[in-house]
Formats: sequence, C-alpha cells, structure tokens
Amino acid sequence: MNAFSLALRNLLRNRRRSLTTLLAMLIGVSAILLFGGYSRNIDLGLETGFVRGSGHLQLQHRDYFLYGTGNPAAYGIADYARIIDVLERDPVLAPMLTVVTPRLSLGGIAGNFTAGVSRTVFGEGVDVAGQNALQQWNDYGFPVAAQTSPLTGSAPDAAVIGTGVARVLQLCEALQVKNCPAAQATAHDAALGAAAPDDIAALSAQEAGQAGTQSPTRIELLAANAHGAPNVAGLTVIKAEAMGVKELDDMAVTLHLRQAQQLVYGQDAPKVTAIVLQLRHSSQMPAAKARLAELLAGPQAGAKTPALGGTPLEVHDFATLNPQYGQITGMFAAILGFIAILIGGIVLFTVSNTMSMAVVERTVEIGTLRALGLRRGGIRRLFVCEGLLLGALGAALGVLVALGLAWVINHSGLTWLPPGNVDPVPLTVRVWGEPAMILKTAIGLMLVAALSAWWPARRAARLAIVDALRHV
Amino acid sequence: MSSVSLQQLSKHYRLGSVDVPALSGIDLDIRPERFTVLSGPSGSGKTTLLNLIGCIDRPDSGTLTVAGVNVLALKDDALADFRARHIGFIFQNFNLIPVLTAFENIEYPLQLTGVAAAERKRRVNELLAAVGLADRAKNLPGQLSGGQRQRVAIARALATNPALVMADEPTANLDSHTGAAILELMRNLQRERRMSFVFSSHDPNVLAMADDAVFIRDGRITATEQRTPEPAA
Ligand SMILES: Nc1ncnc2c1ncn2[C@@H]1O[C@H](COP(=O)(O)OP(=O)(O)OP(=O)(O)O)[C@@H](O)[C@H]1O
Ligand SMILES: [Mg+2]
Repeated sequence: MNAFSLALRNLLRNRRRSLTTLLAMLIGVSAILLFGGYSRNIDLGLETGFVRGSGHLQLQHRDYFLYGTGNPAAYGIADYARIIDVLERDPVLAPMLTVVTPRLSLGGIAGNFTAGVSRTVFGEGVDVAGQNALQQWNDYGFPVAAQTSPLTGSAPDAAVIGTGVARVLQLCEALQVKNCPAAQATAHDAALGAAAPDDIAALSAQEAGQAGTQSPTRIELLAANAHGAPNVAGLTVIKAEAMGVKELDDMAVTLHLRQAQQLVYGQDAPKVTAIVLQLRHSSQMPAAKARLAELLAGPQAGAKTPALGGTPLEVHDFATLNPQYGQITGMFAAILGFIAILIGGIVLFTVSNTMSMAVVERTVEIGTLRALGLRRGGIRRLFVCEGLLLGALGAALGVLVALGLAWVINHSGLTWLPPGNVDPVPLTVRVWGEPAMILKTAIGLMLVAALSAWWPARRAARLAIVDALRHV
Repeated sequence: MSSVSLQQLSKHYRLGSVDVPALSGIDLDIRPERFTVLSGPSGSGKTTLLNLIGCIDRPDSGTLTVAGVNVLALKDDALADFRARHIGFIFQNFNLIPVLTAFENIEYPLQLTGVAAAERKRRVNELLAAVGLADRAKNLPGQLSGGQRQRVAIARALATNPALVMADEPTANLDSHTGAAILELMRNLQRERRMSFVFSSHDPNVLAMADDAVFIRDGRITATEQRTPEPAA
C-alpha cells in the first residue's frame, strides 16, 4: 500500500467533499490558463504586428533614436546599400534574416494648396517590395492574411496618407473616405490663402518637372533638405488609410523611398534613416544582436567578410522602437499575476479547509496509526500526499477543461480589435502549444495544494496519541 | 526477568487548573508469556496504566522498562519504531483503517517495520487463517461484523510477533457470545505464540482466564494475584 494509493482511497471516502474541492481547483486552473492563453495571444499578436510593421531590429545612426527623428539630413546612413549587402552576405546573419529593407523617415508640411490647407506630417519613405516582404511574417500562425501595401505597383510620386491627414487636407471626397465630416471653419481659411504661394508652386513644378497635370488628390510635401533649405515634392495620394491610432492617423504620409530621398537629399547621395531587419524567429534576436555588435565593432583579424567597423550605427529591437509593446504585455502580465494570486489564495483556503475537516474526522485513525508505530512524519506525509494528489487531479482536470474551452472559443468565430489595429482579428486563446504555461500553472497549483495541506497535516502529526484515540 | 517493569510510576491529568491524579506510585512487574488482566472499577486508572505500558503516553514520574528497554529515554520517533516492533494493540472499537482491506490492515504493521512483500503475504495469510478469516482477506472493515473486525484487529496486533500485546476492554463492544469466542481465540494465540498479553477488563470471564491479575482502585494497586507458576526455565 503506497502513500498515493492510500491517499486516493481516503479522497474517495468523502467523494462529495473531494469533488467540490476539485471543482474549485478546476475552475481556478482553467481560469488562469484561459486568461493566460488570451494574454499570450495578445502578446504574440502585438509582436506579430510590430514585426510585420517595423521588423525585429533596426540599424539606425547612433543617437538618431534619441535626437535625430526630426532631422533625417543629419542622421542619415549614407552607405546603406553596402551595409545591407554586408548583412545579407554575412554567414551568421543570413540564415536568420527574412527581410532587410531601408527606410527614410522625415518631418514636413503637407499642403493641399488648391484648397488652401496644410498641416505638419510625418513622412515615411519605404521600399514597397521590402514592405510587402515584411508583412509575410507569421511565426505564430495567426489566421490573418498579410496586407499588401497600397503603394504596390504605383507611380513614383504616389503616396498613402492617414485618414486624419485626408480630413484636414479636404481630400476625403476625392479619396472616398467614410465618416469624414467637413469642418465649418475651413471656408474662411480657404478664402484667405486660395492658391499655393508662387514660390512653392514653382519649386514643386521644378522638382516634378511636369507642372499643369494636376490630379484632384495632388498634395505638396514640404521639407528641409540636407542643406537646411526648404524643398518640396508633389505627391499623388492614392489612398487614405486608417492607422488605428489618432496621432498616426493625423500625421502619416507614406511615399516611395526614392521620392523621399529626392526630397531630402536632392541630387546628393541618397541616405536612409533606418535599415529594417526581420528575423525568422523572435528568439533569434539575441544572437542577431550579438552578431551585429560584432560586425559594428570592426573586422576581426583574418576575417574574410567585410565588417561594418567605423560606421556610427546602433541597433534597436522592436520593443524599444514600440514602447507600447512592453506596456501592454506588462499590463496583461500584471493582471494575470493578480488573477493567479487571487485563485491561489482561494485554492489555499479550499484545500486547507478540506484537509482540516479530514484531520478532524480521522482523529481516531491518526491515534491508531501512531499507536501502531507510524512516526509523526508519516502522519504528515499522509495528509500532504492527499493534498498533493488533490492538486494533481485538479490541475489535470483544469488543463483538460481549459484545452476544451480554448478549442470552443477558437472555433466560435469571435473577433476583437487589438490596440492600434484597424481591422478586427479572430479572438483566440493559446493554451494548446503553451506547455511552459500549462506546466507552470499545474506545478503552481500542486505546490499550493501541498502547502495548504501542510498545516492541517502538521496539526494531525502533533496530536497526542491518547487524546486522538479518545476522540469521539 | 519480567516483560514490563514499573517503579513509582505516577500520572496526573490537568483539567484547567485542577490536577486529577490518575495513577500514583505504581510498582509492578508483568511476567512474560502471561495473560495479565488489570481489573478495577470505572475511573480507577486501568486505561491510563495500559497507555503508559503501551508507550503511547508518558508518565509524570517513575521508571518504565518494556522488553528490557528504558522506554522513557526514547525520543518520539524512536518510541514509534519501538512500538511498531515490540507492542501490539487491540482496541475496544477495533480501530481498523476503513480504507484498507482485512489483508491490508494486518499487513500494515509489517510494512511499517520493513518486512519484504513476499514474507508479508505469507504471514498475513497465516494470521488470517489463525483467526478464522481466510476467506475475508479482501473485505473492507465496513463489510465485516464486529466479531470479525476484532479478529482482524487481533491478527494485526500479532503481525510483527510483538513481545507485548495491549488490549483495553477488547470485548466491551461485542455481545457476550462473540466476546467469549474472541477471548478464547486470544487466550489460545497467546499460549501458542508465547506472548505477553495485558488486558483491562470489567468482565469476570476475562478475569477468570487470566494467569495474573492486578487490582486497581483510585490509581493505586490494591492487590496482585499470580495464578499460574513461573514457566519452567
Ligand atoms: N484525558 C484526561 N483528562 C483528564 N482526566 C482524565 C483523562 N483521562 C482519564 N482521566 C481521569 O483519570 C482517571 C483514570 O481514568 P482511566 O480512563 O484510566 O480509567 P479506567 O479505569 O480506564 O476507567 P474505565 O473502566 O471507565 O475505562 C479518571 O478519574 C479519569 O477521569
Ligand atoms: Mg478505560
């Protein structure tokens, strides 16, 4: 008769009480696992979103992240083509990389001068092929299709703007933006500045080299060039896109990299502000970072591959580039922790109550076993085993129920709108495929159950034998 | 050489602030391989004395030697091991473990003393036969009659071949017919296996078949009787 089969028989003795205790644990475990699976899904969903949008890692000019965002001229990476080449050929990095693509960010003023309106914007010059390649990343198997950039196959002067930009620039009608009420005040302003200032129009025409063919969605993007002088680019807006975040919606202008480079650097050598690196798996980030650090440190003695020594670059990961990632995952981790502690407390009291009742009921039995020669430790082991077994059964049932419920939820067709998203995504909870989470929860529950059995077990072990035998 | 030897043994119970003397200055030698009965009116201290001899309680003062060991010097775990090896218990309410079968109940003390499985099986089956329950091995205590339960309890008490078997009114919860049969069984087993049995009882039938009798009143021994001679050496 080993300790666990004895414990099992004792648990079966008071089936109803054991079942209620099991039920409490089952509900607790499945609640933790379902919420854990939900928050895991959110973490991975956010990660997927950020990795698709801006890669795992970005190489930027040193200090660009802290000081340079408004100044692409001063913090550009000049020989980016060579750097990309080095990265793509590097024997260590290459197997990890899925995409390497350059990007140029700039601040400026966008104006629709036929309507006499303008606003400050944040421009992003992208390589469309690279952008589309980034979108293919789906390491966590989300049932969401990759989005193709609207700039795909468009003219060199094409641009995509946020719906907020479209609203202010009075392009809603031309771009067929829904839910875009026209402001009352603009009528007066329009009268004041009816046409673009001549100098800007001239500049724009000179840049575009084709004044006169005005599309109804044409805007002017004004920015400081590399020499600090104003420059302008004429853009044809092909689409207004909701960005999900108002700040972005009101600011974003996406254009072809070539166009952005011409605006900032003119006839000078083109630069970019970031080289975006996307890896096969997020888990490769430390290795990739380490290799990049090696390359940036300079060529090693006897190394065949050219290194990037001397280039004033630094590496940022997606969590640094998108602080909200850490904030949101941190928030969910905190809620999960809170729920786990709460449920742990409930389980603690439920099991300790059950075991205390068992000790009282079995007082005479305890006295008998002690008289027969069982040591105090043996009595303690008896009840701790029972608690542990209850915990193990509760954990096993809880995991099964959580897996079942997760399956039901994942197949129910529910959707939700993640922060910063425009389109709803399927609501899924990741329980299956998260063995670490399942294991942690199950072991945690068993520990809590054993711990809560420990006090009653200790009390049972300390009973005086004769008192226990006299118990009625 | 006595199986149990007590000198000036005293035990008080404390009820709130009042001291209840249960045993005072007990001097007693219990002869080995005898059937000794403690007799006395209710509340005289029979159970208290039996508990002390059985090493499940400690006296306030005095000395106590069981099977040649000064048991009062043993720590709790050592005392538990000592009980497992040398003392068997038969209780008034049988006190079988309800989740264990008759077989497993008898096997339990053997497991405690680390007897190998095959040997355990042999001994349990032998004991089951000796108490007339060979066909009840797989029954739980709840499926047995009072008399059958007490037979299992007797077999359990004898399993480790202890030097001393303690029984506190073992027939009090049985009808007189069953009680008599149980007594007879115990008497026979005690003789066959040459063990020391110490009983407490009100029952004149028990007293009648005792080798030795110890009479207690108000926590003191009033008389002892040795009805059979010392066994030949
Ligand atoms: N746990 C206890 N607390 C306080 N007093 C006790 C306790 N156990 C026994 N006593 C007292 O000690 C005395 C002896 O009790 P004991 O149980 O040994 O008597 P007994 O001879 O076995 O009686 P009975 O024949 O009724 O079983 C009694 O006065 C009893 O009230
Ligand atoms: Mg008594």
